[in-house]
Amino acid sequence: MILKGTQIKKYFPIRKGIFLQTAGYVKALESVDFELFENETLGIVGESGCGKTTLGRVITLVYSTTEGKLEYTTPENQQITVGKKLDKHQTKLYRRDVQMVFQDPFSSLDPRMTVGDILTEPLNVHRLFPNKKEKDEYVQYLLERVGLYSEYASRYPHEFSGGQRQRISIARAIALKPRAIVCDEPTSALDVSVQSQIINLLQELKDKENMAYFFISHDLDLIHHVSDRIMVMYLGSVMEEGKADELFNHASHPYTRVLMKSIPHWDPKQRKLRKVHLEGEPPSPINPPKGCPFNTRCRDVMAICKKEKPTLSNISENHSVACWLYNIKG
Amino acid sequence: MSILQVKHLKSYFKTEEGIVKAVDDISFELRENEVLALVGESGCGKSVSAQTIMGLLKSPPAIVEGSIKYHGKELVGLSNQVYHKLRGKEIGMIFQEPMSAFDPLYTVGEQAAEAMEVHSNLNKHEIKNKIIAMFNKVGISEAERRYDEYPHQMSGGMLQRMLIALTLSCDPKVLIADEPTTALDVTIQAQVLNLMRDLQKEFNTSIIFITHDLGVVAELSDRIHVMYAGKIVEKADVIELFDDPKHPYTKGLLASRLKKELKGQQLPFIEGTVPQAFEFPKGCRFHPRCPYAMNICKEKEPEPTVFNNSHDCSCWLYAINHTSDGVDR
Repeated sequence: MILKGTQIKKYFPIRKGIFLQTAGYVKALESVDFELFENETLGIVGESGCGKTTLGRVITLVYSTTEGKLEYTTPENQQITVGKKLDKHQTKLYRRDVQMVFQDPFSSLDPRMTVGDILTEPLNVHRLFPNKKEKDEYVQYLLERVGLYSEYASRYPHEFSGGQRQRISIARAIALKPRAIVCDEPTSALDVSVQSQIINLLQELKDKENMAYFFISHDLDLIHHVSDRIMVMYLGSVMEEGKADELFNHASHPYTRVLMKSIPHWDPKQRKLRKVHLEGEPPSPINPPKGCPFNTRCRDVMAICKKEKPTLSNISENHSVACWLYNIKG
Repeated sequence: MSILQVKHLKSYFKTEEGIVKAVDDISFELRENEVLALVGESGCGKSVSAQTIMGLLKSPPAIVEGSIKYHGKELVGLSNQVYHKLRGKEIGMIFQEPMSAFDPLYTVGEQAAEAMEVHSNLNKHEIKNKIIAMFNKVGISEAERRYDEYPHQMSGGMLQRMLIALTLSCDPKVLIADEPTTALDVTIQAQVLNLMRDLQKEFNTSIIFITHDLGVVAELSDRIHVMYAGKIVEKADVIELFDDPKHPYTKGLLASRLKKELKGQQLPFIEGTVPQAFEFPKGCRFHPRCPYAMNICKEKEPEPTVFNNSHDCSCWLYAINHTSDGVDR
């Protein structure tokens, strides 16, 4: 195991008034448990506001947790708890081992740095390649690895398309040869024909470099393709979790089922969006509904759903669901 | 009946790097009551085509040549004042980013009413009622309260519905939708697509639907034009395009679909990247990425080969077997 999160909560305070008193919280994550194993892709899927990006940022230490514990197993098999108390040296090693590819390639690259600078910066911080010539060669190798020309090293991010910029982000993430990469919607800015190249590249890195991915996306087809295990999130909570095929073939949570039906089919003879019945939009995470977070839109809603929040429970060996339909007491 | 005819349309931009041929000699027609999809990747010219039809390109730096006929009336070269009367009233447009399509400083109601204030004779009160009715129609709950709220108080899905409502409030005959669901979640996308289909039937609007998402296209469109590097490379009815794609680029796009059966395997993909607009390759613009490229592809641009009256494709692979009959493109 590389990473283990236990009961992770992340609340963002909303401050109001001249004394900036806390007026409430945006409850981005509500007691999320997860495990990431070596050489595994854990797919996180959900709509905007479900907390998937927040979870990715908690893992990469962009945010600290409000509650809960994030544990990291070092390559030497040593368990450390990641968080504020961790010393600088270990934090740095953790950051080297767990990298991130951000969602928006337009804001994640410094417009005033050349691509070469962007790619050398992590190498300098971690003092890899003291020899300049080797460093330059490595940068060129990185660029070619992600499907760009090595001459691009002297250009600036604004000279590239969104897709190319995302490749630069990926090159930056793999520069330190991390053990795990948090990929936050890495292909949602890319063209369809290019998306496959990137997915193949990530897959190849996984196989050859023994990489693990924490893969965040709203695209179910994509998540199914890349993931070994999938977690479906809604309003800060995990609704369903399981092995990719198992979850796809036996989607059990009403939300997961609706989500699957909402993907446009690539078949004009079988138009099916008509059959999707999901009214309304996700409620605000400031005032999540009592009980199950999905109860406001669920077609199978029962009385208990509005009173008590269901917990994840196994319905088969590799598959668990947080829904009262499968979780009847006694 | 075609409502909009585009012939040999060129939209070029003068830049420091040279002339960018964003749209280079495309021809198509939009028929009444149909959804025509312009499909392609970033930089293929699909959005610029839309902006050209809307008369949104400023000259200079833009150079627009060719002809766009709306109900027989030539739009290319019209003055801004004349265009102003058409825009919104006859041809409406829905943009990709609902968040940036609205001005954050005005209420959504004020902004929705603006188009009608320009284009209709109704008084303020009537306009407000009409807008609220439209908001209700697109599924905005508590439309009256929402009318006086600001864009930041809405979700992306709601704003996109409002944008659709305000665009349709003037009852345009042609609606250009530029990636209207790209910024939305799948469940909301499904709602918006269903809504657009319903409204299209109700208002008898002809829609040019611009997208890169072939799944969305399969759900919504009647005909598809595939664009690559400023050119239309293939035109076909939706079912025929998915069943029998001709152009190697179309084939590549369709093959890059994520299929369940291919889980974990290498995905088929198109080599290389989309070329930059100021350095489009000579000959067929797809040839550097094309697995079937022949010598002639590097030299000469292919003409469309017609397969039937709704399906044609510009590729040398077919030009050899069929005689090119000089179809107007």
